[in-house]
Amino acid sequence: MPVENPRILTKNYGTPQSWTLDAYERSGGYSALRKALQMEPAKLVEEVKAANLRGRGGAGFPAGMKWGFLKPVPGKPNYIAVNADEGEPGTCKDRTLMELDPHRCVEGFIIAALALDVHSVYCYIRGELVLAIRRMEEAVREARRKGYLGDKVLGKDFKLDIVIHAGAGAYICGEETSLLNSLEGLRGEPRLKPPFPAVVGAFGAPTIVNNLETLATVPTIIEMGGDNFSKLSRLHDMKDGGVRLYGVSGHVNKPGVYEAPVGITLRELIEDLGGGVRKGRKLKAVIPGGSSTPVLREQDLVNAPDPKHPMHRWHGKSHLDVPMGVDTMRGLGTMLGTCCAIVMDDTTSMVRAAENLMLFYAHESCGQCTPCREGCAWMARLCTKFANGTATRQDLDTLLDVANNIMGNTICALGDGAAMPMLGILKLFRHEFEAAIGHEQPSWGGVNA
Amino acid sequence: MAFELTPDRKAILDELLPRYPTKQALTIPLLHICQEQNGHINEDVIAFVAKTLGISTADVQGVVTFYTLFMQKKVGRNVIWVCRTLSCELAGAREITHCLEKKLGVHCGETTTDGEFTLLKAECLAACASGPMIQLNDRYYENLTPEKLDEIIDEARKRRDDKVKGAFSPVGILANPGSK
Ligand SMILES: Cc1cc2nc3c(=O)[nH]c(=O)nc-3n(C[C@H](O)[C@H](O)[C@H](O)COP(=O)(O)O)c2cc1C
Ligand code: SF4
Ligand code: FES
Repeated sequence: MPVENPRILTKNYGTPQSWTLDAYERSGGYSALRKALQMEPAKLVEEVKAANLRGRGGAGFPAGMKWGFLKPVPGKPNYIAVNADEGEPGTCKDRTLMELDPHRCVEGFIIAALALDVHSVYCYIRGELVLAIRRMEEAVREARRKGYLGDKVLGKDFKLDIVIHAGAGAYICGEETSLLNSLEGLRGEPRLKPPFPAVVGAFGAPTIVNNLETLATVPTIIEMGGDNFSKLSRLHDMKDGGVRLYGVSGHVNKPGVYEAPVGITLRELIEDLGGGVRKGRKLKAVIPGGSSTPVLREQDLVNAPDPKHPMHRWHGKSHLDVPMGVDTMRGLGTMLGTCCAIVMDDTTSMVRAAENLMLFYAHESCGQCTPCREGCAWMARLCTKFANGTATRQDLDTLLDVANNIMGNTICALGDGAAMPMLGILKLFRHEFEAAIGHEQPSWGGVNA
Repeated sequence: MAFELTPDRKAILDELLPRYPTKQALTIPLLHICQEQNGHINEDVIAFVAKTLGISTADVQGVVTFYTLFMQKKVGRNVIWVCRTLSCELAGAREITHCLEKKLGVHCGETTTDGEFTLLKAECLAACASGPMIQLNDRYYENLTPEKLDEIIDEARKRRDDKVKGAFSPVGILANPGSK
């Protein structure tokens, strides 16, 4: 089946000056908001539930259900905090929405605010994304001038403002409670949960934290109806609805950000959208959805002979031929994550790849929990030893031990997010680590390799 | 000497203040504004931010040390961040880094003796599908080749004024003082 090209989220990407209000309105923009203003807030939440919209930030939590958890407190406002901190290695999708279609984001925020009785939306954008910050701020100003924001949203007795907030460089601030601390002007250290943000969030008030793409999808859901939106997905029956942005980077001919239905396969992402592995080389491994998701190989097959097994439909198929969904990727022992794949061809040293990633986590650990702070740095040091050829057999056991001791022992998911890919690489590519004992790994030589 | 904001930057702060329920929430925005003016964050800036927002200098210091965009010492007029993370590395970031080090005559983490460039390693900057890439001050340059890099550096070297562009502020653009 050829990959469908829905052009919903990316409808305006090719339009000249696509980021202006004028261009957005000409493409039918803000008509979903007009429709939403005629609907009851509870009905808006219902549509998002029917859309089977799974959060686009990494965990894949059903957005409608999350909205249902908001616990208003008398005398306190409700907030929405938009997560546009995009920092998971491999992930570059939210940035395209902000730069190329900021009004779609703004319209999504407004509809979500109507649904959740929110009067201030804080959109937290990583500080490096200056162009995205500028475009989003311009969009908010244009929307205010046009009456989409302000004391009365399109004349309705509903006050709303959107605050664009710039971060200052820290991957951990994408973790939702770290983001809230950072927004409050603190160090970006994650909070213990519970309480969850929907109960105690920003400034002590109930807060819904959603990924930027999650909210940018909402106008389409309201426009076409939740159920119709869900059915655009190939995994509608698994309650994983609609269309989403995919990313593909690394060793492919056409790296990029593409829109497709939920549930295309990794093979389609690599071959049809990404133009295939570069220079006709063979695929060695693919990280399916950002660096925290364990790696997959083509030669591994789904083993689910029991007809009652949720993965049985794909029994005997290559992992590359399983539709990419929140639950299907979990079924393969990995995660869908941010849906942005990193592709590695057969010239790649998996030892070097592991070293690269562990250096990332060692740099980004906030340092609150000992297993994560010490463990990430330790894994990085050990990987460097393997890369240099100075590692011993004992180091291999230690590496496994350290990774296993992080799992489940930390405040936030960064620790697990570092240990899981490490364990994944060790499981599938242990032989490369063994072969690296006493042998320096070639660096991968760059673009001409 | 005590640090003070220039009136135009003070106006930006005044416009941002009512957007948040607490003053402390202005810590990061205000640090950005101060850094853009001063070139980096020093003790005087920290004291100013603490006093302005009614929080302790330890609180401000804690924030400054947590975030990579806050420079705790003087940097070159231009700051180059070169992404080293996996997608970029697979696309040739090592080669780009070597070229930069050779062209500028410094290692990552250092500033050229003429004070023109500081070269720093960055972690993933959300441009993974267009690597290798650098951030030069407030702008991204993507799909780099050594040739393109040469042009970019030469051009940055030619732009002569006194401003420390590496201390860009993503916050200035959020305010439009005077207009309502
Ligand atoms: C270390 C870490 C980093 C994260 N970074 C991001 C991020 O950059 N953007 C994002 O949307 N979610 C990120 N998340 C997930 C958020 O915690 C949260 O689940 C998400 O914003 C919820 O939005 P969603 O339900 O719409 O997906 C991160 C999580 C962890 C543990
Ligand atoms: S797991 Fe790591 S990043 Fe998360 S709170 Fe603990 S130390 Fe910080
Ligand atoms: S890996 Fe370099 S921008 Fe993401």
